[in-house]
Amino acid sequence: MSDSERKDTAEQAEFRRYCKAWIADNHPGEPTVRLPLSPLEIMTPEQMAYLQSWQKSAYDAGLVGCDYPKEVGGGGRKDCQRVANEELVAARTPYYPNVIGLGMAAPTVFHHGKEALKQQLLPRLFSGEDIWCQGFSEPGAGSDLANVQTFAEPKGDKWIINGHKVWTSLAHFAEWMIILLRTDKGHKYEGLSYFVVPIASALGKGVTVKPLIKMTGETGFNEVLFENLEVDDSFRLDELGKGWQVAMTTLLHERGAGELVTPRAGGLKSESSLSISSRNVMDLATKTPRGAQQASDDPLLRDRMVRQLIREEALKEHQRRSRVPALIDHPMRLPLQNKLLASEIAQDTAALALEVEGPAASLYLADENAPARGQWPLAYMNSYGMTIAAGTSEIQRNILGERVLGLAKSK
Amino acid sequence: MAQPKNYGFEEEAGMLKDGARRFFAEKLPVDQLHALVADAYVPERAPEVKWRKELWDEMVALGWTSLAVPESAGGVGMPWVAVAALLEENGRAAFPSPLLTTLQATAVLSHCGQAGEAALAEVAGGCAATIAVMDPAGSAVPGAVKVVDGKLMGTASFVQDAGKCDSVLVVATDEGEPTLFWVKLASDGVEVRQDAIIDLTRDQARVSFDGVAADRIETHGAAAWDAALPTLWMLLSADMVGAAEWLLQTTVEYAQQRKQFDRSLGFFQAVKHDLVNVMIAIDESKSLLYSAACAIDHEPERARELAHMAKSSASDTAAFAAGRTVQMHGGIGFTWECYVHLYFKRQKHSQLLWGDAAWHRAALAALLLDGPSAAAAA
Repeated sequence: MSDSERKDTAEQAEFRRYCKAWIADNHPGEPTVRLPLSPLEIMTPEQMAYLQSWQKSAYDAGLVGCDYPKEVGGGGRKDCQRVANEELVAARTPYYPNVIGLGMAAPTVFHHGKEALKQQLLPRLFSGEDIWCQGFSEPGAGSDLANVQTFAEPKGDKWIINGHKVWTSLAHFAEWMIILLRTDKGHKYEGLSYFVVPIASALGKGVTVKPLIKMTGETGFNEVLFENLEVDDSFRLDELGKGWQVAMTTLLHERGAGELVTPRAGGLKSESSLSISSRNVMDLATKTPRGAQQASDDPLLRDRMVRQLIREEALKEHQRRSRVPALIDHPMRLPLQNKLLASEIAQDTAALALEVEGPAASLYLADENAPARGQWPLAYMNSYGMTIAAGTSEIQRNILGERVLGLAKSK
Repeated sequence: MAQPKNYGFEEEAGMLKDGARRFFAEKLPVDQLHALVADAYVPERAPEVKWRKELWDEMVALGWTSLAVPESAGGVGMPWVAVAALLEENGRAAFPSPLLTTLQATAVLSHCGQAGEAALAEVAGGCAATIAVMDPAGSAVPGAVKVVDGKLMGTASFVQDAGKCDSVLVVATDEGEPTLFWVKLASDGVEVRQDAIIDLTRDQARVSFDGVAADRIETHGAAAWDAALPTLWMLLSADMVGAAEWLLQTTVEYAQQRKQFDRSLGFFQAVKHDLVNVMIAIDESKSLLYSAACAIDHEPERARELAHMAKSSASDTAAFAAGRTVQMHGGIGFTWECYVHLYFKRQKHSQLLWGDAAWHRAALAALLLDGPSAAAAA
């Protein structure tokens, strides 16, 4: 019996038994398409369709959104999403493709949307039938998010949207977008409002999605151009001018510090993928010749691999310690470190793998001699997406310094 | 064996931690500590022991020396995770006392079964103890003291807080085999020579044994000694994590008050990000500390691995937090009157004691990459 099981409430224990049984009967097994490392790297419609069908089956079984009320398509359970997540991760099922929908859009719509809107949007979001993307970043508003200029002008009970979003992951698959807009040019923070907009149905009618190529050579994120897109006022979340506060709800959940647990599934990838962990790098080092020895005999590399292992272990332990109030000084101190640490540790681990591989780390995906099929250089490059997206590491440090340590604000 | 979700850190552990924090803050606030240990600022200080014995007597009266003593030997038998919390507070106050060494000795004795119970009973009764094992290079590999004709001969180096202790647990070799002895420091043939060390909050000595007849408490001490090592590392790590928290908190307060270029220091990202990095380092060390302590209580097969992690991390954090603190305090931080040098030096001392970060990582690498048998031979 695992430790979390020992602490289960009666409802959680019953739900866990149910999850185990369902997963045992419904695990899709070895994927029939090549699955990339993360949902943000989904490139082909085949990959998307495979993963959508998996999310749909998990939703139909009650494993997605199960802590949300039944009226909005949830399971009406209490503190059970964590249980489903644990069982799915342990069973190494495929991940869900609607990662922005589940992680960011759902809690934001739930906390700030009108009842009818929630009922319209959330069931299809949970089921994965509607993929979501997030329209925050703009060419002139990255880390300075409050500087967004995409403008919504009132026209009766409708809004006319014009502007340019960029680095928008999954937009080429998305039906809906959560979007931060400017509704008042005279005020920076108070001039922002938050909407949901249907983008797939508006393609060619006010919305253009242009795929961008990542430095890895892969697609996955986009530019989204708005030209006189007309949307109904019922798509607005919360009050006019409250967009910044709504965005904070999104960001809190994006950074893993929100109170609604994001549905997660296991880390199953196709055979050619890898997971970024120091154990994998150590494994790589024991198989990589270096002169007459193995890379794993190099004392400097050993030290650094173990250093990475220690950082990973600490990050894992943070989850446990953050639930022991006597052992933390500030409630947000550990949760706000999650995103920063996870992304920087992954980046450093991938960088180390390249050093272990040596010159062969330059051999990329298409080279038949590439160690690990060129996945480590791909992972290393992609890791910069993690330290930049959702607030750069520098912004995360500002937030930690200001909110947790109480240092003077830089804005 | 699984670890409990809350590290087994129950309500009484929290009360112990809170009570200890109040005790240390009230009994010896940092200005008084500075006055006690740093009143003179001669560069070549004589080897000396500066502490207040009556405060130790109060700690004994509070039962802190019996906390980790198993109930079978007349102690309280609290989990090590609670003891870690106590030592975290001890480090936060940089408190001069033999608490750490006494608890470390307790850890070794606790692995000796019945043979250790007489000594443990003394500890529970307030006997302050330390450990004599290191050679002049600081290696904690038994051999500095040997058994010759049934008596102890040799000199152990880097014996912590010997000037404050009543007894010493000697890890001597008898025909090459580590063997444990319990010796009164006042015994005939024992000589304690104090070192002049940078850390003003502790003392350290070379302890010589010249044909000392001593109580042998464990004839096969190798296993007990080896099994206790993770606890020794973990306990020192706890002190370092607490001291690092003091450094962070003090520097944050300074960065909020001190103005330069018309702004508080903490406004500037070079300072803000550095402070956040110190916080991140402390949190890493602290999570690993409680994980290691919990493993010692509940999952001994993982204790060594996790204690290596904890001490490696705590050593790096100690040096980093201390260095950044002096730097961010600027000229004031480099001044004798400023309290931070007390912690800076305590952290330097701790960082290098019982294995520095690189040593623990090398040991962990051996454990993980070469297997347990190779690691034992190293």
